[in-house]
Amino acid sequence: MSGIAGRDIAIVAFVELPPVSRDTEREEVELVQPVVSEALARAGLERRDVGFVCSGSCDYLLGRPFSFVAALDGVAPWPPILESHVEMDGAWALYEAWVRLLCGDVDTALVYAYGKSSLGDLPRVLAQQLDPYTLAPLGVDADAIAGLQARALCDAGRATERDVAKVAEGRRVSDGAAAVVLAAGATAERLAKRPAWIRGIDHRIEPHQLGARDLTRSSSTRLAAEHAGAFARRPDVAFLHAGFPHEEIILRDALAIDDAVTRVPSPRADPMIVAGLTRIGHAAATVLDGGADRALAHATSGPCLQQNLVCVLDASREATS
Amino acid sequence: MDDGFEAPYRLEYTYRRSTGAVIGRFLGALRDGRLEGVRTAGGRVLSPPLEYDPESGEDVGAPVDVGPGGVVTTWTWVAAPRPDHPVARPFAWALVRLDGADTAMLHAVDVGGEPGGIRTGLRVRARWRAERTGTIRDLECFVPHDGATPIDVARPTTEVSGPVALLPSPVRLDYTIIAGRHLRTYLSGLAKKRIVGGRCPRCRKVYLPPRGACPTCGVPADHEVEVRDTGTITTFCIIRIPFDAAPFPPPYAAVAVLLDGADMPIFHLVRGIPPEEVRMGMRVRATWVPDAELAPTLASIRWFEPSGEADLPYESIEAHL
Repeated sequence: MSGIAGRDIAIVAFVELPPVSRDTEREEVELVQPVVSEALARAGLERRDVGFVCSGSCDYLLGRPFSFVAALDGVAPWPPILESHVEMDGAWALYEAWVRLLCGDVDTALVYAYGKSSLGDLPRVLAQQLDPYTLAPLGVDADAIAGLQARALCDAGRATERDVAKVAEGRRVSDGAAAVVLAAGATAERLAKRPAWIRGIDHRIEPHQLGARDLTRSSSTRLAAEHAGAFARRPDVAFLHAGFPHEEIILRDALAIDDAVTRVPSPRADPMIVAGLTRIGHAAATVLDGGADRALAHATSGPCLQQNLVCVLDASREATS
Repeated sequence: MDDGFEAPYRLEYTYRRSTGAVIGRFLGALRDGRLEGVRTAGGRVLSPPLEYDPESGEDVGAPVDVGPGGVVTTWTWVAAPRPDHPVARPFAWALVRLDGADTAMLHAVDVGGEPGGIRTGLRVRARWRAERTGTIRDLECFVPHDGATPIDVARPTTEVSGPVALLPSPVRLDYTIIAGRHLRTYLSGLAKKRIVGGRCPRCRKVYLPPRGACPTCGVPADHEVEVRDTGTITTFCIIRIPFDAAPFPPPYAAVAVLLDGADMPIFHLVRGIPPEEVRMGMRVRATWVPDAELAPTLASIRWFEPSGEADLPYESIEAHL
């Protein structure tokens, strides 16, 4: 699935900050400014050359309303720039930037995300995305809900008690930031020797009532993968966004990833809101540096893999399958 | 933790949410001590109800009674309940498929505090609160039930019946906020009667406090520069209405002061002059607290007072408004 009017769009640069468990030195703008500067430098672009900027962040992580506005200084928004924001993982900001580039009036886009979870109680912050009528009043938090999914998978014989126990250990909170530069057509070929062409990208969501879903399957991942063309050809490498081991089992099944595909495990420190964008960034980087010809990236959001995005990247601009 | 640059911070929203016809009816039934679901066009019964059929996206149909018994379809153990949880002793969160429903409800199961008491497939029944107000917490929790004994049906405890239109939905989240290195530089200076700004290395502007990025240049504006405690009022506002946190009985003037050596004004108060005589371009000087009271806060400057110098012309402040 390429763009409208045959407009091909590629990732030409990716940078992330090494995540730290608790960053007491940097506020949001200080997380964003270095990755933005470095990503643009790698792409050979000046700030003024960027056609569109889109960011992903979440005010609830920092407890600060309009946190994303404070971070904007890092991209030098004065004089005014063409800019947008999603209150989501940066993977969805990248999706918006991809759609924006399809419009054809701009040729480059900068996407960044930052997450600073160390200031609050992450499982309780994540509970804010639960149904406010039937779930939030119970005081149930995100890790407990992950435990329900792990148990269901264990009951189905597809996970072990060890996988269930992993959930009880809780998630590793970390702070971080990442940036990606996108470019269209000939511009991408000018900015990178080996652009990572987005051959397909799609995202899908499941009902917010957990009990209305089959928690042992990820139908939204499967559907997004079909629409992104992920099954047209086996990728060389796959970067999956899983908060817990049992989530990776469900994702591998949904994406039909077998042992012939190099799987890159989720890192120990995986900053919320940034993690999904880094999967796409790392997948692109393996294509950019010649490590793979075709890479698959996945990002997730919401309780128990509620919403999923799949992106297929390829060194070849033309369809080869 | 307490070096003066970290502080507890509570984010609180006193939301009330409108429920809509489907959820409002479900909550009203809970207040009556009854469990309901809704039937979809395809014949499935959803409980808790959704406003739409997740299979088709169509509206859902008639309400149907479900429960009061059900079966655990998955669970996770809570060894250390929090005060806001439905059960005070260790309990399980579980998805419970109520008799007559095709989907499951997330709630607590009280098995007497022993993890051995919970398992997938366990038969349970609802335990109701005596006082019910139309929330999911009217259902106190589920408890094991052998299936043989009849289940008590709760009696309404209020005169009120019918749908619940508004649901209290407060948000309360606790954070530890940090100053970060730039604000720390600024605040530390104030404790020593110094006002430290940050210069942008490109455009040479001096920001107060120093900042992680110059919004025009996108590079850190943190080359430390000490500015003077004299300055010019760029704009002002006269407060005439009393409020709880007001520093003085009204009327008094809040001002933006462009300190000598800075390019960004700071916000403060002016005293020593009737508020009606405060004007743009007026020269002022900081009045500091006694040395023994100096602290890392802008309150180390008690207020500004007229310095007696001649006003500056509008042109000299125009670029700093």
